[in-house]
Amino acid sequence: MFTQQLVNGIVVGSVYALIALGYTLVYGILKLINFAHGEIYMIGAYIGITTLAVLGAMGITGMSITLTLVLVFLIPMIYCAAYGITLERIAYRPLRRAPRLSPLISAIGMSIFLQNYVQVAQGARDKAFPSLLALGGFNFMGAYISGLQIFILATAVGVMAVLQLFIQKTRMGKAMRATAQDRTMASLVGVDVNRVIAATFAIGSALAAIAGVMVGMYYGLVNHYIGFIAGIKAFTAAVLGGIGSVAGALLGGFLLAMLETFWAGYVSAIYKDVFAFAVLVVVLIFRPEGILGSSDSSDRV
Amino acid sequence: MSGFLECRGLIRRFGGVVALDALDFEVRPGEILSLIGPNGAGKTTAFNVITGIFLPTGGDVQFAKRSIVGLKSDAITRLGIARTFQNIRIFGAMTVLENVMVGRHGKLRAGPVGAILRTPGVMNEERAAAEFSMELMRFSGIDLNAGARADSLSYGDQRRLEITRALASEPQIILLDEPAAGMNPREKNDLNDLIFAIRESGVTVLLIEHDMKVVMGISDRVIVIDHGVKIAEGTPAEVCQDAKVLEAYLGASHA
Amino acid sequence: MLLAGFWFAFLALPISGPWNAVLIGGACSFMLLAIKLFQTAMTTGPAGEMVARLWCALGRMWGQAAWLVGDRKKILVMILLLLSLPWVLDRYTTDVLVVTGIYVMLALGLNVVVGFAGLLDLGYVAFYAVGAYTYALLNSWMDLSFWPALLAGGALSMAFGVLLGIPVLRLRGDYLAIVTLGFGEIIRLVLNNWDNLTNGPNGILSIDRPTIGGMRLYQPMHFFYLVVFLCFMTMFVVGRLNRSRLGRAWSALREDETAAECMGINITYTKLTAFAFGAAWAGIGGVVFAAKQTFVSPESFTFFESVIILCMVVLGGMGSIPGVILGALVLTVLPEALRELTLYRPMLLGGAMVLMMILRPQGFLQMHGQRLPASAVLPGDVRRGREKTHLGGDT
Repeated sequence: MFTQQLVNGIVVGSVYALIALGYTLVYGILKLINFAHGEIYMIGAYIGITTLAVLGAMGITGMSITLTLVLVFLIPMIYCAAYGITLERIAYRPLRRAPRLSPLISAIGMSIFLQNYVQVAQGARDKAFPSLLALGGFNFMGAYISGLQIFILATAVGVMAVLQLFIQKTRMGKAMRATAQDRTMASLVGVDVNRVIAATFAIGSALAAIAGVMVGMYYGLVNHYIGFIAGIKAFTAAVLGGIGSVAGALLGGFLLAMLETFWAGYVSAIYKDVFAFAVLVVVLIFRPEGILGSSDSSDRV
Repeated sequence: MSGFLECRGLIRRFGGVVALDALDFEVRPGEILSLIGPNGAGKTTAFNVITGIFLPTGGDVQFAKRSIVGLKSDAITRLGIARTFQNIRIFGAMTVLENVMVGRHGKLRAGPVGAILRTPGVMNEERAAAEFSMELMRFSGIDLNAGARADSLSYGDQRRLEITRALASEPQIILLDEPAAGMNPREKNDLNDLIFAIRESGVTVLLIEHDMKVVMGISDRVIVIDHGVKIAEGTPAEVCQDAKVLEAYLGASHA
Repeated sequence: MLLAGFWFAFLALPISGPWNAVLIGGACSFMLLAIKLFQTAMTTGPAGEMVARLWCALGRMWGQAAWLVGDRKKILVMILLLLSLPWVLDRYTTDVLVVTGIYVMLALGLNVVVGFAGLLDLGYVAFYAVGAYTYALLNSWMDLSFWPALLAGGALSMAFGVLLGIPVLRLRGDYLAIVTLGFGEIIRLVLNNWDNLTNGPNGILSIDRPTIGGMRLYQPMHFFYLVVFLCFMTMFVVGRLNRSRLGRAWSALREDETAAECMGINITYTKLTAFAFGAAWAGIGGVVFAAKQTFVSPESFTFFESVIILCMVVLGGMGSIPGVILGALVLTVLPEALRELTLYRPMLLGGAMVLMMILRPQGFLQMHGQRLPASAVLPGDVRRGREKTHLGGDT
């Protein structure tokens, strides 16, 4: 039982971690909570469905499973990156120097807007995500591990490894880290801050898209509301691990998922979401910098 | 009035940076004391520690023989220490008069119930507070703008407003952080007069300033800080000659 | 502009399908054009000048309208007109006005927290729920009647307000917002799942109507007068609080928390009183809501409700009491008037929020600083606050 919980938690953790990365990357650079990020994840799932439908109609699904698999991730990634960039351009960039309240309101507005837009366009009922991989599974230490779970975990870890490499080794990655530390200085040494910010949103959104498709594949159902809850939980994960830190998002994602799964399994399944919110509240009160974060010096006078 | 303020071995670290490194100095009642030093010397940090915005990593601050370390800023203000800020921090959306009356907050008693009921006691208190504030504003020369939004004032007037607001709590000592910054010579003269007038009214003045003319012109004593520690103290004339001071400002070759 | 249109069509493609995508692309580029024109008109040229002046004049008129020292006779006439409304309007419209009135109370309450004290509360609906459920539960358990329930609901909400305030004392800005959102959701989830206490998603039915001296209040008209009375009470109390020592403390807190603390303001007390008073009005509104509906369920207390109330405060002009009332009016009446668009309501609201922020971050009106009780103001010396002219993009 215990190991089964563990295994289930890992998948959820991967999803949280991927979405949390988007929050943490954006917060690191703009000190802004991208409220609409959860909606991007949800849109990723929906685009995955559309992609599969199109691919199916074109006959590709039957032909090559690998191609389908690649495309079902790639297309939503591209689209979500586009959504992310547009989101930033419309709702955040004009407000870069406005008082803190304005971009927050704008973010909430975009979140509601996107949520409702998908609801209107795609219907309020759950939508089925066609099953793709008929991977078997195997038993291990009393738990059943499905091939899908392994696939999801592998994909998530792989993606995060690539991201880490990207941030550490590439020019754009360095530019992102510089902008996160000190935006003015970065622009003074020649970094195109707008492009860096756009790239950050693009990457975060693409990761969210991956999470969305994975969730669709795993649970088989999506609806326009999944962004809201997943968004808050992923944000909790980001904060738990240390907002602004990539490793923190990873750690937070898995840790939160574990905590949640065990709570649901052993204490109360109904109040699972309440527990997640409670974790958020507790972390923000007692250790707002998270596990891996460093103390933010209080406001400089 | 004893405005006796003393810093003993103050240490304040920010991560790896040691902003205050066993800083020792005292302010004597009734004097105008200037704190000077090169940029980044730790002057504003000292103010922030004294007024409770930062906790010192080590050392003590004593006011009227009592340690005030660990007290919150509002408690420290109520004890009689008021301040202004390096980047003017007035309450922009409030009127000038309201800004000054906020300064008086600690001296008033009215609570929400009294506010809703408008008891005679509360109304009298408000009236007295408004009169007091207007008096102060006349004292510092900004009474003509009483009903205007604070952020519509000129820069110089905003500084005056900040000083007036600090005075509204009837402090024993007032900490001015670079009050002359951004002022033209005539405004600086007016500022000097104001500071003298403040001292005349019985308030001790501790100020941070970069403008040497102002410092030399009004200070009774000067304390020089560099890298978080006191390197010289004395009258303005004495400090000017001090080798260590010259070295700190101009570099070793000039000492 | 055309490129933008294509871009939006591209984005909409997988969600809305090809035909709709084209429409959306066209609509978006049209809107962008309109916004661009609006922005340039507002900031440049003689047309812009005129528009700006008109805007400010309107704002000034509205701000000074009947509020502080307006013509007493005019106020009386307006009040009489207001009170006569239920006799001339049909039941449906009166009912809408009742709902509006409740929202006015809620918005004024949230205005204390967000507008006066600057604490962004995204879970305000929780206090509304507490009030409503307090009456519902006490009524079904011990037949508590409406009037004592008003007090109980208000008091309990106040307590919850303080409870929420304590843990978030050190949080600012975004973090504060998210935590309050979390609280709001926690309350809703608890109400939805604690079947034994709250009957879960089925809600509580058969709540008693209020009675005055034997007469049962059940018609929209009755509630109209009740709500109008409560609204005036709210405006009265909130107005007095605003123009007091505490009100100044709230404003100082909003403007600059650190500087405020250095002025001798006890930040903890100031924040907690803001939360408490804000919550109290939501609680009272909740009791009225329960009495009007005779039925409560967790469905009425979603995050979206919190957002709507927040919009009433923010879009109406934060901190300005007349502005907030206007916001409540617009955001309650407009959706009713445009019932065919209910499906698109969140989209329209979300879009409006983004638009408003981009075009004018302060909302439509600006606060006139008058936080002194009128009689304490000294004659002659003090001139009334002048509104600062803001065009298009702000500082």
